[in-house]
Parts: sequence; structure tokens; C-alpha cells
Amino acid sequence: MLLIACPHCGPRDEAEFVCGGQTHIARPGPPETTSDAQWARYLFERDNPKGLHLERWLHRHGCGQWFNVARDTLTHEVKAVYGLLDTRPDVT
Amino acid sequence: MTRYSLWSLLREGLTGHRGWPKAWRDPAPRPSYDVVIVGGGGHGLATAFYLARNHGIRNVAVLERGWIGQGNSGRNTTVIRSNYFFPESAAFYEFALRLYETSARELNFNTMVSQRGLITLSHSRHDLEGARRWVNAMHLNGIDSEMLTTADIARMVPDLDCSPGARHPIHGGFMQRRGGIARHDAVVWGYARAADALGVDIIQNCEVTGFVFDGPRAAGVQTSRGTIMAGRIGLAAAGHQSVLAGMAGFRLPLTTYALQAFVSEPLKPWLDKVVISPATGVYASQSDKGEIVLGGALDLYPSYAQRGNLPVAEHVMSGFLELFPSMARVRFLRQWAGMTDVVHDSSPIIGAAPVEGIWLNCGWGTGGFKAIPAGGWTFAHTIANQAPHPLVEGFGLDRFARGALIDEAAASGIAH
Repeated sequence: MLLIACPHCGPRDEAEFVCGGQTHIARPGPPETTSDAQWARYLFERDNPKGLHLERWLHRHGCGQWFNVARDTLTHEVKAVYGLLDTRPDVT
Repeated sequence: MTRYSLWSLLREGLTGHRGWPKAWRDPAPRPSYDVVIVGGGGHGLATAFYLARNHGIRNVAVLERGWIGQGNSGRNTTVIRSNYFFPESAAFYEFALRLYETSARELNFNTMVSQRGLITLSHSRHDLEGARRWVNAMHLNGIDSEMLTTADIARMVPDLDCSPGARHPIHGGFMQRRGGIARHDAVVWGYARAADALGVDIIQNCEVTGFVFDGPRAAGVQTSRGTIMAGRIGLAAAGHQSVLAGMAGFRLPLTTYALQAFVSEPLKPWLDKVVISPATGVYASQSDKGEIVLGGALDLYPSYAQRGNLPVAEHVMSGFLELFPSMARVRFLRQWAGMTDVVHDSSPIIGAAPVEGIWLNCGWGTGGFKAIPAGGWTFAHTIANQAPHPLVEGFGLDRFARGALIDEAAASGIAH
């Protein structure tokens, strides 16, 4: 069971949240110079690390806000919670 | 290899079962092989077997980090079926089911295939419309399936709550009679024993830690038991495939999630069908030992933890109890999770990797077990001929850039 500290509501049970997958994904562009392969990588390829993962979460059954989480995919330890537009935190 | 037969069983029975040889050798890795398969699960072992038997390539090693069948092959719910929607998937999974039907004879190992029938429930009028469309698609693909009424289902699964007041009322459903279950360990052991008998080296406790390159071409692997050179490398590591790809310097369209399953204490014969309820995300069968085997939906955040978390367990149990209220007092003995490699379109990836010398078998998501014989057969063909088997031409890594997805997400029984 994850305990996730929503930046707006405080620590809450994981059942209130939805994981939106990898964060900090830059959309390639402009479209006229973006190849099909680049576009496919943007749509489908994800980091999928065994270890530290930077990901977006939505507090769906709470404030309804998106934010970022740094979490270990092997231990499930939440290393940091930070704003959606913040730069990546200094965690390993 | 001692052939297993009634005669060998009688002979050993009369001599105290002291003469059975080991089912496969435990060789030390040699410096090089024609083909190295990474991953000693069902897919990796089946690939090695079919490389040796169908293509005469016997200088093959299967490298397994732990022991064979330790990963997803020992962490699934053993369901076999071919109730897919699109022609590519239907042809592929039907081939897998047909190979399962003859696997015990083929491998000289009792894979305990039990085609007890697989019932998919419809809980609303809209579910029922979807089921009719699904059954029609299966008929067009030449695969057996039939619609069931609520009365049919109540007769076959007497403890299912089919009353009009049920929390999830049963409006009907459909059935693939040839679907069912097989014994997961027996499938792994059967392929391992048969591959070993043809000369394949099965090397356990051998973790791949990197790749050896000859220019742009991958020419071998570094392992915890030394460097092993390879003419061709096949990766069949399921949930860990992205980690291997990272070592070789490329990325894959995979996300790894935990998929939990549960077994109860053993009960007397109670359920002789596989029952799937897509709307509640629950499916159940009863093993030959009497345990109720339950599966559900994914833990929907990336994980390599091989355990899963409680909210999904609670969701699966509550769904199961709404369907089978009489099971409320049954206790569960074990829970585990497999690490599934989920692709955006819920279809597998078989074919060339972006790095020369490497071939990919991955992306099975929550449905790798049922695909094992066909995955091994077509992957062996793909590696041997350096070109995809006709059944998997649509399942290459190139489909993403071409936009030619085979979107089984909604059609594979459990959405993943």
C-alpha cells in the first residue's frame, strides 16, 4: 500500500490516486520536421526503469490535481513529491 | 533421456523410484553458442526446443537468472484460450492452443492440459452485445465459440449468483469449449527436458549483466558466470526485457506492471470451468489440487516488485465474492505477482531488435502463458531464418512507427 503525500491535501492512501505514467516527456516538433519514428517514440516508448522512476499522479478522489512523484519501482518507496512544472528533484 | 511411459512408471514403482534420472543436465556455460536465449521461462525454453527440433540448431544455451520457471511462468493463472478478436491474434493464439493440445505427447511430459471450457460473463445488455460481436469475430476466424443464456451458465456454474438481484447480474455470456487450463510448471519442465534431450544447455543462476559488441553487432553477453559469445541472441525476459534492452542501448515500447494472482485453501471439486468476468476484472478456476485460482486486473503503476499491493487484492476478492457469495468463508493461502511487460496495443512483439544480432520475444502483457508454444515456435523460426514467421509478421517492432497496431486491449478478456 502506497502512502502518497499530495502537495495540496497531504498524505493519502494510494486508492485515491491514479498513476499517469512517466513525466517530463517532451513533445517533438514542429510536426513538419518530425519523422514517423520520432513520433512513435514520443507516443509509445517509455523509460520503464527497474529503480527510480519519475512519474505523474492524479489525486482523482481528492483535489483533482496532477503532480509529480519520484518513486522506486522495485521497493515502491516514494522518494519525492513535486509540482507538475517543477524540474526533476535531486534524488537517486 | 528415459522415456516416461506406463512401463517406466511400473518398473520404477517396483524398484522404489530410485532409478529416475535427472530430467535435464546442469551444464557449465561454454565460451560460445550458435544461439543464446536470455530468459528460462516458457517462451525461452520453448524457443530453444523448437530451434533444435524444427531447425536443427542444437548448439543453443538458455540463460536464466534464477531457476527456470521462477518468473512469470511460475506466476500466472495457467489459462489457455484463443478467444481473440483480430485475425492476426486469432491465428497466432489458435496455433498456440493447438500445440498445447498435443504438447503432452510431443514433449513426453504430462502438461495436464484440461480443456474444461472457458466462460466469459456478460453483466449488462451492452456486455451481451459485445459478446455477440466477439463470438461472430471468432467464428469468422474459424475458432469455436458459442453464446450462452443465463440458464446455461447457471446449470454449468451452480454457485454463481445468477439471481436478478445480484450486484453484477448475469445477462448471459459466451464460451470457448476448447479453452481451459494447463499445468504451468509442467509446461516449463516439459520444454526444458525435451530441449535438453536435443542438446540444449540450460544454464541456471546465470544473470546477464551486459552485451559484447563486435562493431554495431551484438556478439555475446556478459553474465555472472563469465562472457558467452553468441551467433544470435534471443531475448525472452518478459517484465525485465526493458532492462536488457537498456544494457544493449535501445528502448522498447513496454511498461512493466505487477499482475497479482491468488489461491485458496484446497476444496473439493467445485468449479469445473474457467469463469471470466471482464466487468468486475476477476477470473477464477479450480486447480487439480482443489485450490481456487483467482486473477484480476493489474496494479496500475510501474513496478518490478513481484508482489503487488493490497487495494487490488481487495478489489479482486470483493468482485469474486459478489459473483460467488457462498465462498465468503474460504481462506486464501498464497498471493503473488508476475511482472508483465505491457504494450500500448496489448499485442506481443516478436522480431528483430534495433541492434543487429538481437531478436525480441516480449510484450505478452498479462497473457504470456497461453502463448508459450506458439511464441517458442515462431520465435525459433524468426531467429533461425532471420525473418519473421508468417504468423508474427504483424507483430514486429516496426508496427508502432507505421501505425499498424493490433489493438487487442478491449478484446483479450481482461483489459490490460
